[in-house]
Amino acid sequence: MRVFPPLIIAISQFAFSAQPVLAQALDGKAIVTERCASCHDTTGPAPRTYQDVLDRKAPDLFYAGSKFNRAWLVDWLQNPTIIRRAGVMFLNHTAEEGGKDRIVEETVKPCPSDLSRAQAEAAADHLMALKDPAMKTGVVEPAKKLRKHKAYRLFTKQLPCIGCHRIKFGKRMKGGISGPDLTKAGERLNPDWVYARIENPQYWDPKTWMPRIEMSHRKREMLTLFVSSMK
Amino acid sequence: MSLGSSTGGLMIALAVVFEPTGSRAEPAEENYRLYCAQCHGTRGNGQGINQTADGLAVSPRDHTVAKEMSKLSDGDLRLAIAEGGDAVQKSELMPAWGKTLSAEEIDDLVLYLRKLCKCAGRR
Repeated sequence: MRVFPPLIIAISQFAFSAQPVLAQALDGKAIVTERCASCHDTTGPAPRTYQDVLDRKAPDLFYAGSKFNRAWLVDWLQNPTIIRRAGVMFLNHTAEEGGKDRIVEETVKPCPSDLSRAQAEAAADHLMALKDPAMKTGVVEPAKKLRKHKAYRLFTKQLPCIGCHRIKFGKRMKGGISGPDLTKAGERLNPDWVYARIENPQYWDPKTWMPRIEMSHRKREMLTLFVSSMK
Repeated sequence: MSLGSSTGGLMIALAVVFEPTGSRAEPAEENYRLYCAQCHGTRGNGQGINQTADGLAVSPRDHTVAKEMSKLSDGDLRLAIAEGGDAVQKSELMPAWGKTLSAEEIDDLVLYLRKLCKCAGRR
């Protein structure tokens, strides 16, 4: 068959012109801007007033690269689950019934992200570049042996962490709900960030309802290893 | 009036209008809702979401019960908020807020607790 030469030229031009379009579709920054930034703050700073905290729609992402593990981000962006059972800000989902506060569960919605694997990889690359350069890294040695029962006592009895965070210990699940669920925190969070968050929660989020509690490096390290062990 | 002085006057006016609100102490009720209500409840009756979700091994104090709250001095309340339950021989589940809230904010919270219980403290 004889192909008409101008058609070959037209096809080859189309192939060349299609390439930049494809590259643009996998531009992580564009995906995050288009799909995430209407709810998540990707530039900062974090809310500084009570009203701003109530108005925040989704967790801040402007230090996502310091906070998250990339592999978890890629999976989660394709299939999000609810991490905060009480919502991003518990007061926005709290109703009182018979003198008892409860979370109106139907008002707590998962992130609507439904990215493809390729889109999630690109978005995760961009999010992982959003780092806080001041965060100390390598503070916690992830391979260090964790004394699990001691760490559990620290988390649940000697410090108030369990009051707001749900954890898994053996087969048991327990804990409060006003803070993020930590039952799979080891998959989700960078241990260096966990350590830095415990050290000074208000550095990351000035109006967070997580208290800043003084403790030794050894205790903070033990808590970090404990949180990071939950997978 | 010269242009310079009117500009200066405008700048002072703007500085007054746009004074950052983050630096002032938040009203005590807002702080109570933000920090305390997660366990003590939005009404202060000890029935916050962490309690009703079975997250707490020890029940948070009901701040509306005058009989119990009047046994505590304002100093006791200040100490419990600033240094946590452990400092007043109560549960470690009550965090120390002294590194999160200013002394002024804690004083204001003590006054707010007195409003909740409608009671005065032991002297």
